[in-house]
Amino acid sequence: MTDNFYGEVLTDHNLHPLHKHELLCATCSHEGINSSCGDDIVLNLEIHDGVITNGSYTGSGCAISQASADIMLELVIGKTPDEAKQLSGLFSKMINGSISDDELEELEEAGALQNVSKMPARVKCAMLGWRTMEILLNENA
Amino acid sequence: MNEKLLSKANFPVFDVYKDLVYLDNSATQQKPERVLKAAEKYYREENANPLRGLYDLSVKATDAYENSREAVRAFIGAKSSREIIFTRNASESLNLIAYSWGRANIKQGDQLIVAVSEHHSDMLPWQILAKEKGAEIIWFECSSDGEYTPEKLKELLTPKTKLFAIAQISNVFGRLNPIKKFAEVCHENGTLIVCDGAQSVPHIPVDVRDLDVDFLAFSGHKMLGPMGIGVLYGKEELLEAMPPFLYGGEMIDVVTLCGATYAELPHKFEAGTVNDGGAVGLHAAIDYINELGFELIQKREDELTALAFREMKRIPHVHIIGADDPGDHHGILTFTVDGVHPHDIAAIFDSENIAVRAGHHCAQPLHSFLGVPSTSRMSLSFYNDENDIMRFTEVLGTLRRKMGYDG
Repeated sequence: MTDNFYGEVLTDHNLHPLHKHELLCATCSHEGINSSCGDDIVLNLEIHDGVITNGSYTGSGCAISQASADIMLELVIGKTPDEAKQLSGLFSKMINGSISDDELEELEEAGALQNVSKMPARVKCAMLGWRTMEILLNENA
Repeated sequence: MNEKLLSKANFPVFDVYKDLVYLDNSATQQKPERVLKAAEKYYREENANPLRGLYDLSVKATDAYENSREAVRAFIGAKSSREIIFTRNASESLNLIAYSWGRANIKQGDQLIVAVSEHHSDMLPWQILAKEKGAEIIWFECSSDGEYTPEKLKELLTPKTKLFAIAQISNVFGRLNPIKKFAEVCHENGTLIVCDGAQSVPHIPVDVRDLDVDFLAFSGHKMLGPMGIGVLYGKEELLEAMPPFLYGGEMIDVVTLCGATYAELPHKFEAGTVNDGGAVGLHAAIDYINELGFELIQKREDELTALAFREMKRIPHVHIIGADDPGDHHGILTFTVDGVHPHDIAAIFDSENIAVRAGHHCAQPLHSFLGVPSTSRMSLSFYNDENDIMRFTEVLGTLRRKMGYDG
């Protein structure tokens, strides 16, 4: 679809999220807010034996904030907290426009948000889920 | 009436951004060449510290400043230029009332009525004041389409109500409130009325004596003037009795090591070196509006509002907040689009060089009251044209498809 503003990957994750739901078995949760624009998510993770076995988010916000959280969960479920943090570092590098091609590959679908590096007003939106996950992992690892 | 002044050609920003469709006029307006020139001329030819020096240039600077005050007085129909206090903006004006009048007059158990649609600037100062003094805020609720009635206000007034604060035109609904009626109802009860004129003074004739408001606050930058100059109007007897807000130079009569006696109105409230360049720019903005005439401004803005309203109504999934009559919007059309977040809306408009506002427009409690987390807003001015409106509505009609919906 050439008319699609953000590209299909992002739009799809926004309109049909895989991980936007409650998570009753979550072992830890954290709320992340961008107060200036009203993006507001609660991120839930289930961590067992050093592995993120499940995750979800709820809340509301712009397409970039919502899709970014959804794509992030898709990427980190099954990984260790350290691996997740490393991916978060790479994502942040991508948003800052300083990522290498090899590193970009590691981010898989999250690479679809690379264009945000050219939208300074939207960096906070893209980072919301990742920032919230980092806080969550630092507090609960 | 000078129709030539309606044109964008008078606004240099459109020489730089030829393709820009600027529809964020409620946030700030663009500046005509004349305003920019006037402020520059002041700094080139008349700059000195006003109200202080006993030399020719300082006298010129003082004259420029006081002439601007007189222009503001005439513009809003105040009785005396002693009633015109220059501030930085409407927010500072409202804070001045809350700090100076409020702290001297509000006691524990008093009530303040505040309209639920107020801008944070006309809400937070009262909330802080009430908290500090143990007073109570009573929220004045509107109908779902933004109407406030004097009858409802009457029901809320009690012997404890000291003050009522409301905007003449809401920055979300665009609806004109019956301020004159409100003032009548308030005064019968011995209650003061504070009117936020930030959205009304640029667009409709405002006469403070006819409205009989006790205070009126507005910003220069929303009415073609520079940023950093605003106005507080207050009835002389009220201002006279109020303690100063800020302390410093040029607001005193006599200072000793034990204290000071304060200067007369309006200087009592203008501590420190004033914004003379800003005042001169505002004067030029008022001259511009006067030469254009409100009759023409209103006619043009009403036409454009009606066009935008009609075109927006034709687009499925678009919902306009507030009244169903374009005549009740005064150039402000706040809207939602099903399934599309306002920040995505603003980003898509931006990609087409159309500037609109997204978020809660500094009226978060109103958004909670209406049950929408945030909205988008287009706000126009007389210098917009039909082409601007058509480009806006054209993009509005493509938003959902651009976000992956089928229609």
